[in-house]
Amino acid sequence: MKNDDKRKYAIIGIVVVLFLIIWIKLFNLQILDISLKISSDNNSQRRVTVYPSRGLIYDRNGVLLVSNEAAYDLMLIPKNMREFDTLAFCNDIGITKENFYERLKTCQEYSSYRPSLFYKQITATQFAILQEKMYKYPGFFVQNRTLRRYQEGIAAHILGDVGEVDLETLKSDPYYSGGDYAGKSGVEQYYEKELRGKKGIKIYLVDVYSNIKDSYMDGKYDTLAEPGKDLTLTIDVELQRYGEYLMQNKVGSIVAIEPSSGEILSLISSPVYDPQLLVGRERGKNYDSLLNEPTKPLINRAISSTYPPGSIFKLAVSIVGLQEGVLKPYTAYPCDKSIVGCHGHPPANSVIRAIQYSCNPYYYYVFRSLIQRGIEKSIFRDSRIGLDLWKQKIVALGFERAYDIGIPGVNVGQVPGSDFYDKLYGKHRWAFSTIYSLGIGQGELLISPLQMANFCAIIANRGFYYNPHIIKEIDHKTVQDKNTQKIFTPFDKKHFEVVVEGMDKVVNEEFGTGFYARIDDIRVCGKTGTAENPHGDDHSIFVAFAPKDQPKIAIAVYIENAGFGGVWAAPIAKLMIEKYIKDSISDPRLEKRIVEANLLNMTPEDAE
Amino acid sequence: MPNKRDNILVNIDWTTIIVYLILVFLGWINIYSAVYDENHSSIFDFSQRYGKQLVWIGAALILIFIVLIVDSKFYSAFAFPFYGIGILLLILVLFLGIEVNTSKSWFEIGSFRMQPVEFTKITICLALAQYLSSLSFSWQKTKSIIVLILLIALPILLIFIQNDTGSALVFFAFVFVLFREGLNRVLFITSFALIALFILALVTNLEILVITILVAGVIGFALTNGRNLQTQIIFYSFLLYASVSLVLLNYTDIFLDKEIVLILINVGVIAIQMLIIYFVKRNKTLLLFGLLIIGVSTFVFSVDYLFYNALQPHQQNRINEVLGKNTDPLGIGYNVNQSKIAIGSGGFTGKGFLQGTQTKYNFVPEQSTDFIFCTIGEEWGFIGTTTVLFLFMFLIVRIIVLSERQRSKFSRIYGYGVASILFFHVAVNISMTIGLAPVIGIPLPFFSYGGSSLWAFTILLFIFVKLDADRLQIFR
Repeated sequence: MKNDDKRKYAIIGIVVVLFLIIWIKLFNLQILDISLKISSDNNSQRRVTVYPSRGLIYDRNGVLLVSNEAAYDLMLIPKNMREFDTLAFCNDIGITKENFYERLKTCQEYSSYRPSLFYKQITATQFAILQEKMYKYPGFFVQNRTLRRYQEGIAAHILGDVGEVDLETLKSDPYYSGGDYAGKSGVEQYYEKELRGKKGIKIYLVDVYSNIKDSYMDGKYDTLAEPGKDLTLTIDVELQRYGEYLMQNKVGSIVAIEPSSGEILSLISSPVYDPQLLVGRERGKNYDSLLNEPTKPLINRAISSTYPPGSIFKLAVSIVGLQEGVLKPYTAYPCDKSIVGCHGHPPANSVIRAIQYSCNPYYYYVFRSLIQRGIEKSIFRDSRIGLDLWKQKIVALGFERAYDIGIPGVNVGQVPGSDFYDKLYGKHRWAFSTIYSLGIGQGELLISPLQMANFCAIIANRGFYYNPHIIKEIDHKTVQDKNTQKIFTPFDKKHFEVVVEGMDKVVNEEFGTGFYARIDDIRVCGKTGTAENPHGDDHSIFVAFAPKDQPKIAIAVYIENAGFGGVWAAPIAKLMIEKYIKDSISDPRLEKRIVEANLLNMTPEDAE
Repeated sequence: MPNKRDNILVNIDWTTIIVYLILVFLGWINIYSAVYDENHSSIFDFSQRYGKQLVWIGAALILIFIVLIVDSKFYSAFAFPFYGIGILLLILVLFLGIEVNTSKSWFEIGSFRMQPVEFTKITICLALAQYLSSLSFSWQKTKSIIVLILLIALPILLIFIQNDTGSALVFFAFVFVLFREGLNRVLFITSFALIALFILALVTNLEILVITILVAGVIGFALTNGRNLQTQIIFYSFLLYASVSLVLLNYTDIFLDKEIVLILINVGVIAIQMLIIYFVKRNKTLLLFGLLIIGVSTFVFSVDYLFYNALQPHQQNRINEVLGKNTDPLGIGYNVNQSKIAIGSGGFTGKGFLQGTQTKYNFVPEQSTDFIFCTIGEEWGFIGTTTVLFLFMFLIVRIIVLSERQRSKFSRIYGYGVASILFFHVAVNISMTIGLAPVIGIPLPFFSYGGSSLWAFTILLFIFVKLDADRLQIFR
């Protein structure tokens, strides 16, 4: 067949064409298609985040408050799982077989070839057991993590907590990736950027089973993790602990400030809880149960709750009255109980005595002279002008101010002005008679314990203050910022001296309302307060500073539903001052009485 | 003075031998790279595959020597007995063999494993050459045709029973031999279309389909040597069709449904061709041929289109399950994908010897056997793949050219058999690593790790080298 000889060309043609097709495809794959090179990099490189250790937190004396603790998450790549002794495995980590399959399902649903969290935070003991047997359980591996350790078990409201970042943070801050942890409240949240440090990255070459084979380019592109900065707080751990101890079975707050620096020595919100409760496996459960407690322990009352200040506000009214000239140190007013209720006391013939006896009618008159200045004929118009002039001065004493103390959640409170009452009653439809109770710290005033304490610090300093703050050092270095700048109030020092004299007598003289705060060898100046509470028993309030000269501590104690300020708040303030200045308690029986007192009266809202 | 005719060193084709040695050497160092183990970094470490491969290579050289000193008449004389032994081994392996990767095709003697199917490629090739070159054979005799079919179908059947589909498909490559020896064109095209459709049935890849059509077009052209007008028209329309389709598939996403576009092109091309052929010359055979190919592809496109667009996902899943298609990304699709990533990541120059990350860290399965081409692609880049590809092409074309210079029909047919088998192996193996062909698990000759495979291809090739060296002795 002659013709067949030519068929060799056909055959060679087919061979050549097929090879050319393969060749073109190879050209396409190897030269044109860039995506494959990128896939190859992702395929074989594993970027492992190296988590930095979070900054430690110390108290003002260098006592460690918060440290880190290793935790171990048991991870699983379902695809790499091989047959193994399920029962032994379940025993090792202490779960039932049903639970095992449940968890396995969750992991598989997430991804069969990416690592997913199988069991969160196994204990060190479990880890020790597992570590030796890990080879028997292919597909599983343990990932290290650090958890917070709140050493002292106190100051939960100051320190705050750390939890998994939420979706919003994830979107707004590119630093975080899913599953990362960040501060959720307190100092942990406020100083998150300082505490978190900087994540590092390690690039490994991995095989198809995600087993690490080698480090990529000998670690040339790896970056080191930078540990977070340590914080030193202004808190005195002993004072804080003592305050929390005293406040047991009471609802309220104590705020103590060092007047000469604005450093917050303690910030107690009661009821307290152990900050360690919000760490680890039980976090969610504990959080829920704290959330559902009727006493709301999660609220930081010291900065977030605001109350009518009661009689302690008379100090502010005095200062404003003296500064405005409507009040002279020796102005006398009769104790006319028909105007406003009062208790039996000798006549208040000076500002000092008025403070000492906490005379309500006296301050009715002082406040009236502040509000009704006689600028306008109409008492409505006149009151309106008077109130705004008054508010302008009052606010200068730190009320209705959001102090940036280094903990989120500061409540500004409320000092009502004309616009407030206009809204409430209508313009020119209210006058002094409508608002007179402001003069004795009642009515629509809302002041936080922090504001009360700092107000007291202003008096202690006779007119100036430093921004109250919780942070002393960052990375063991003092920071020069707004916290180190002295702020003056627009009041003359001499007016403060008058008020201080009154406060001295409150504690140290006969008929003083705060005699419970008296300390033999420390001159304590204070003022009691009792805020009427339409919902239940009165709130017991006491502000004080000591010693009278060169004060070391200014303190505000606010106890909800505890009745007269002199009875509960004053002795607590006394014990705190004594503890801080002398580090010893002169009257153990008083301490015992306070500690044993249970003032957890249910408020009507809670009883509902 | 020795007769020039008898001096094997003069008459032997050194070119083939050199190409063979280069390929074997490249195979060895790529196996080294593919299974490289830092703890056994010596390429001569005999506990590792690269060490063992060296042993197989050494043994292969001895085999070459034996093959070359045996009288060439021996191969034709014992072609049928060898064929019988081959068939016997295929039957025996069904009973005595062990199962590896679901196919029962291995003998295990001690720690050594042998795959008889590799050697039956030689025996069938010899028997085919012997039978086709015998004087009693004639394409006109029904008996001859029946014997011929039995000769090829029997081993294919046995290998199918072993569940070694990949190897069974290799024997379809003999269609080239038959075509060269006078097989009817239509039968050849039908056979070729059968192979193509069989492969197509295993995959649903439009690119492959289009390439098949392109190949069919080229074959059609080659068959007629492009002498007359209508063949040229068909050829050019095929080329146009295929290239337009390829461009559409690769570089555009603007069309909503590629399938619809392809169907429209199909219909258009059919219409044009029918018109041209009808008016120019009423050639029914060519018309039917064109209609057949395009009709089939239109049908396949339509099936694809209906499958993906008309059926609900759960219905698709059910059908996929019945068809045994694995939807798991870590199944067959995963392997090919990983393989493509490996080859693609090599770029133009490759990552360098032992520097591959895809093939080294087990991303690619069977990296020292069926997927050895990935290592070449990743570490030596486009330069490496081109070199290997063209070395193979050169070898195959060389064998065909050498076959054509044989005076003996036996030698010529045997040569074509060798070329066909090598061609099928190389084309399919490389195609499957780059996603052009389904993964059917056949080795890359001279490269893939394994004694059976290396020895079988060596013997296969060197029997031909021996026959060629003795081409001047007319023994039939």
